[in-house]
Amino acid sequence: MKLITAVVKPHRLDEIKEALQAFGVQGLTVTEASGYGRQRGHTEVYRGAEYTVDLVPKVRIEVLVEDEDADDLVDVVVKAARTGKIGDGKVWSVPVETAVRVRTGERGPDAL
Amino acid sequence: MNGANTAFVLISAALVMLMTPGLAFFYGGMVRVKSALNMLMMSFISLGVVSLLWVLFGYSLTFGDDIGGGLLGNLDHIGFQGIEPTSLWGEKPDAIPVLAFALFQLMFAVITPALISGAVADRVKFGAWALFITVWTTVVYFPVAHWVWQADGWLFKKEVIDFAGGTAVHINAGAAGLAVALVLGKRIGFKKDPMRPHNLPLVMLGSGLLWFGWFGFNAGSALAANGTAANMAFNTQVATGVAMLGWLAYERIRHGAFTTLGAASGAVAGLVAITPSGAAVNAWGAIVIGLVAGVVCSWAVSLKYKLGYDDSLDVVGVHLVGGLIGTLLVGVLATDGVGGAAQLGKQALGAFTVLLYSFVVSWLLAKLIDVTIGFRASEDEELGGIDQAFHAETAYDFSAVGGSARSTVPAATGASAPQKPHNKKVDA
Repeated sequence: MKLITAVVKPHRLDEIKEALQAFGVQGLTVTEASGYGRQRGHTEVYRGAEYTVDLVPKVRIEVLVEDEDADDLVDVVVKAARTGKIGDGKVWSVPVETAVRVRTGERGPDAL
Repeated sequence: MNGANTAFVLISAALVMLMTPGLAFFYGGMVRVKSALNMLMMSFISLGVVSLLWVLFGYSLTFGDDIGGGLLGNLDHIGFQGIEPTSLWGEKPDAIPVLAFALFQLMFAVITPALISGAVADRVKFGAWALFITVWTTVVYFPVAHWVWQADGWLFKKEVIDFAGGTAVHINAGAAGLAVALVLGKRIGFKKDPMRPHNLPLVMLGSGLLWFGWFGFNAGSALAANGTAANMAFNTQVATGVAMLGWLAYERIRHGAFTTLGAASGAVAGLVAITPSGAAVNAWGAIVIGLVAGVVCSWAVSLKYKLGYDDSLDVVGVHLVGGLIGTLLVGVLATDGVGGAAQLGKQALGAFTVLLYSFVVSWLLAKLIDVTIGFRASEDEELGGIDQAFHAETAYDFSAVGGSARSTVPAATGASAPQKPHNKKVDA
């Protein structure tokens, strides 16, 4: 199994959700997050005093998938998240040792 | 007694009253979340403290007959003795009840110390602040208002024009704000930590209420429903609108954006500047005063970063500088026959005397409070937020987890029992 994690612009969340559903993903976890990449954040001005706001709002999406779907799913997320503008975010996948469905106790791929 | 004038002044008094909570919101939105309530309270407490002082001795010291030299009123009206509902202020046929005049003037005495609080945001003990405004109002505001507005006052006799309070209110509060900010020192993290306004809609709400109430402040100062009041009300609107445009234009050129805070601040700067001058100029004068105030005050708020004093919410840049602009421009722009170099000299005498007196006495008073009971909150209180430290409250509840409420229900009765006030006797 693999855990796909995407940190993306909040307004792309609906697109990504729809793309994941179309792909056949059953469930996902979304967390509000903040951070910055190479572009840093933006500048705000209050009575002439400038503040750099470098932690900008993001959402963090996590999905568990079987190994053979992982690469395709990363592509699906990237495609849905992309606006072409700076700050679109990152997607990565990591191996997962085990997963358990809490209600039934099913383990491994059955738990997805 | 003139019924129309009385109604006008009573309504104006209510309008001016609304300025103090308006100011509280204007300032309250500009501070960080952790001190939003304290900022509101520093204005609100003035409604209590000064109302009491006004009855005890404030009215008498300000508008009592002069004790000599034009410096202070006498003690004839201590506790409002000798003032009945039938007592009149002014000459017939324009006279109004003394009580209507006294209520109107009370609202000026309330908002002036509240204005100072913007200079000391985030870092003073609340009790020390209440003591400060009690003594400051007594030794600075009451005498200065007497100098400027009472017919026996020495600046009034020198023909210094301060129609609605550019000198007595704004220069006075601005100079005091600078003095107290210097005594207290900078906020921890000044120029280093971000101190962004936590709620700009609140700032807009506050400035809107100020703008609305200011019609009472300015036009009401005519003390009559007449052409002077109408001219003043009209000029208030024009100068304020143009000052907002001036501030925004300056910001767009210097900083690249038309900011909300700039619009609110520009409006207040215009209101301040037209206050002393609006009755002496026409609409074109109001446009000039508004434009100058908007641009110059916008520039002046950056002085604190250059000079290194932490006037948190720019009482100096907006009220002191705006008050000076309006007070001095009377000498340049007056159309009612009082303008000219001679009047400019009189205006400068009034403005700088009040500035100096207020600065020196406020500095000494703040220092005295600081070395006796301590004026400034402790480092822990300041960093943790003075709302919690002095008011046992926080402005907003952001946390979905982590709160632990003290139960209002005795444990034995179970969680499903109806809640009763735990500190009150409940009838069986």
